[in-house]
Amino acid sequence: MLRLFLAGLAILFACLNANAQEGGLQPILQDHQEIIVKSSRKTIKPAIDALAASGLPQAQVMLETWVAKDMWMRKSDGLFFAGTKADGRLYQLTDFDTGEVVGTFEKSDLKQLKPNSGVRAMIGTALVQFQLTDPDRKKRLAALKSIQRDPEGALLEPLRASIEDEPDVELKAQKQRLERLLTIGYDEDIAARVAAIEEMSNDLGVDVRAALNPLVATSRKTAADLPSDVNVAIILEPGSEALSRDDAYHLLVASDLAAPHVLPDDIRLALAANIDGGRVGGIPVAQLNNNTARRQAYNTLAEAGLVPALVTEADIDTALGAHVFFETYAEPSIEVTAAAEKALKRIELKVGLNQTLDLTLDAVSLASIYFLAAIGLAITFGVMGVINMAHGEFIMMGAYTGYVVQQYVPDHTVSIIVAIPMAFAVTFAMGVAMERLVIRWLYARPLETLLATFGISIALQQLAKNIFGTQARPLTAPGWLDGAWVMNDVVSISYIRIAIFVLALIFLGLFLYIMKRTRLGLEMRAVTQNPRMAGSMGINPGRVNMLTFGLGSGIAGIAGVAIGLFAKVTSDLGNDYIVQSFMTVVVGGVGNIWGALAGAGMIGFLQKGIEWMNPSNTLAAQTYMIIFIIIFIQFRPRGIIALKGRAAGD
Amino acid sequence: MERSFVAKNPSVLVFLTILSLFALGVTVLSEGFGIGVISTSFVKTLGKTLCLCLIAVAMDLVWGFTGILSLGHFAFFGLGGYMIGMWLMYERTRLIVVESLSQADIPPTPAEVVDAIGTQIFGVVGSSEFPLIWAFSHSLTLQLILVVVVPGLLALIFGWLAFRSRVTGVYLSILTQAMTLALALYLFQNDSGLRGNNGLSGLQNLPGVTVSQDVVSLWFLWASALALGLGYMLAAWIVSGKFGSVLRGIRDNEARVRFLGYSVEAYKLAVFTLTACIAAIAGALYYPQAGIINPEEMAPIASIYLAVWVAIGGRGRLYGAVIGAAFVSLLSTWFTGGQAPDIPLGFYTIKWVDWWQVLLGVSFVLVTLFAPQGIGGLFDLYTNQRHPDRHGANLGPDEGALREKEASL
Repeated sequence: MLRLFLAGLAILFACLNANAQEGGLQPILQDHQEIIVKSSRKTIKPAIDALAASGLPQAQVMLETWVAKDMWMRKSDGLFFAGTKADGRLYQLTDFDTGEVVGTFEKSDLKQLKPNSGVRAMIGTALVQFQLTDPDRKKRLAALKSIQRDPEGALLEPLRASIEDEPDVELKAQKQRLERLLTIGYDEDIAARVAAIEEMSNDLGVDVRAALNPLVATSRKTAADLPSDVNVAIILEPGSEALSRDDAYHLLVASDLAAPHVLPDDIRLALAANIDGGRVGGIPVAQLNNNTARRQAYNTLAEAGLVPALVTEADIDTALGAHVFFETYAEPSIEVTAAAEKALKRIELKVGLNQTLDLTLDAVSLASIYFLAAIGLAITFGVMGVINMAHGEFIMMGAYTGYVVQQYVPDHTVSIIVAIPMAFAVTFAMGVAMERLVIRWLYARPLETLLATFGISIALQQLAKNIFGTQARPLTAPGWLDGAWVMNDVVSISYIRIAIFVLALIFLGLFLYIMKRTRLGLEMRAVTQNPRMAGSMGINPGRVNMLTFGLGSGIAGIAGVAIGLFAKVTSDLGNDYIVQSFMTVVVGGVGNIWGALAGAGMIGFLQKGIEWMNPSNTLAAQTYMIIFIIIFIQFRPRGIIALKGRAAGD
Repeated sequence: MERSFVAKNPSVLVFLTILSLFALGVTVLSEGFGIGVISTSFVKTLGKTLCLCLIAVAMDLVWGFTGILSLGHFAFFGLGGYMIGMWLMYERTRLIVVESLSQADIPPTPAEVVDAIGTQIFGVVGSSEFPLIWAFSHSLTLQLILVVVVPGLLALIFGWLAFRSRVTGVYLSILTQAMTLALALYLFQNDSGLRGNNGLSGLQNLPGVTVSQDVVSLWFLWASALALGLGYMLAAWIVSGKFGSVLRGIRDNEARVRFLGYSVEAYKLAVFTLTACIAAIAGALYYPQAGIINPEEMAPIASIYLAVWVAIGGRGRLYGAVIGAAFVSLLSTWFTGGQAPDIPLGFYTIKWVDWWQVLLGVSFVLVTLFAPQGIGGLFDLYTNQRHPDRHGANLGPDEGALREKEASL
């Protein structure tokens, strides 16, 4: 029976549709002529609904014309047309149904329809259903974007209808996903919503959480008795941790269920308003400089009925006792809220795990930056024992070299490839010069090396400032390093950071190769262990020291290019890294590349970990990290990986 | 018969005489009491320079005599400034607040006054509550005690941790630098309770004092001169006694002193803490003259400059530190203030504002390399004391041995 009835209904609809199609848009427009001309958000709905329901293909063009304020009404007969400006004050009108040009008319014979923004938004919603099935892929994508931007229950049906015939696989998936999300929020069938929620509860997307969160949003309410028709999340006890007595009372005041507190400011104002011959409530004004006297005077005024009475603790107790406090969901269905809570918990756990992964990636990338900055120092300070305060300035010089190269080589990829050896060359030369001119005279006096290199550091910084100015210079990364490797909505890492990580690995390998497999490395180790003995074996310690120092400085220069890619290149770039670099080497253990690696890893992870605990405050993170390092040195004064035996030197 | 302290240290008497003559001279030439040749702002500069000389004396004590290159003494200097700044700011704001609240119909309660002061002081960092560290800011006496106690305690804890684990040499320098950086970064935060990077300002106005800055600047000049004189005498007294001999012993060979039975750590800790207190007093006198203090002042670079002053002046002699601090900081003011004439080279004009730092850096390297005795070494030329040239490799097995060039002399 029911089936028969439905069939009949379907036939009836088909007939109606056919009728409408015969008549075209114009009759529908004429039916709603008055409200279309009035164009008010409150009344326009039937007209737009009728147009959308007509299912006519030309309705899309018509609605678009309307939104674009290109729809005109002929004043003589009240018919609507699409109008385009012709010569002078003439407008050419086109019929919506036939697409034929009706003729040109004077502007004075016509009335332009200018829907306001509210009406345009409603037309836009109606348009979406046409755009969802538009042959143009771009328009369909735009329609999906607009639904995502502001989802609405009315869009669910047209969206569902459009999934079936979607030819594009990617768009189809997007549509299905969007359909699920809209179902969660707007479907009328509760079971369908719960099913959709469960289906999406493995998804990490921000949009899923955005769809679920409003379902579990609660608001605090209070009433004399617990109402039966609301979806109660939790009943709160005043004075408990979740709801303090003050908050509970404020809630009562906000719901007009209790008299507001009289605040100290109110008391003061009330007293000031009731000064009578230098006295308030019988107390001289001069004595009102403490709270006891003020309350006394206020109570006198209250007894006289001039001001509202003070709220006492007993009043508060009575009021709190007489009411029940609870949180309600905005969503009326208990099943939906329960399913949403459950789904959100699952998602949160997954998000938490992924955030940990993301944090780990961040920490690794930070550690590789520190490692890169410190590796040069691990050679000069760690191997040679020379403390070079100008190390930061070598990093800065490397970055500026990259900047200068980019001024001459416009292609970013080529310029970086040129800049890396250039930076090495410049800082190598600088390092060798510094070693020859200054440091070799001071090998016996390490503290003075520190001061002399500091002098060089301030001179170099000021020189850079004089040459390049104080503003930051850009060092642009090649295009293929833009963007990020996105694993999901939570975990992502930019390509530059991956590149820096790879670079750090390369340098680790290079360092190990030079130290363990080359003649220079052998000589270096010999000279650091015992320069005199090395000299007796035919090694020239001066030359080896010079080359070692140059190598450390050169690597600092390359690190500068890498750091310049993501940080601003300024003359005090080095300052940001010098203390961290020294910390890395000291914490890790001097004289050992693995120590520098361990130190960088520890500092990187530590800093990210502290930042995670206190995300708003990177300054605090650095402070706590340094304090931690100072304490750490207490327990392992020679660093994480300490050299033992003769290699330790002393 | 024991010779008196002054007789053993004639330089103290000379120094004190010069210092008093200087203070007297500035007073006579000032706008406040004298003939007005020296402007008030220059009197302040001179007063500040005296404070810098005092901290340089402290630095010389800890570095030149004990061999601990501390790159953290400006942190103590800044802390001292913050401690006195808290009282100055609180008291001045209180006077203003009480004045404005007395216009109201109803006299304010003490709690209202405190709230209003809090709003005035912390409004700039979006707060109005007094943090715990301001608990004593209402009392000048307590804050004056804190000027010494807070930096002293910090130095004591830090020094105990560092010396206990036998961190020495450049490691210690880096560690002290890290401490300074941590402190500066901490103070940069708005919720550190000391107004973040705004710092404390308006410190030049002494609460309840109505005389003009011309006079106040002289008061501070005298106070700074007095503190420098006392600090110098204290330092001279310390280094001239047995304690000083142990300090020099630690500088020259720490292990040997330890094997002789001295508790090296205790000596180091004592001198580190004492100099931190001296630095803090210098800071407490400096910042009311500067008028503003913010965490930028405590950046590690400031402490390194302190080492530069002492090195240029000549470490290991107290007057050297004073000369270095006065000479370099005044010269720096002269150059960076734009008063030094530019040098046109035809193709390029050397503007000293831009090139002073380069000159300072290079001359510092040259001093380290060629004149380790600093400016103070000139006095040795006068008194015909020659220091052996200790360049070159060791001839013997350890650091105390003769070096190549020494032996060939």
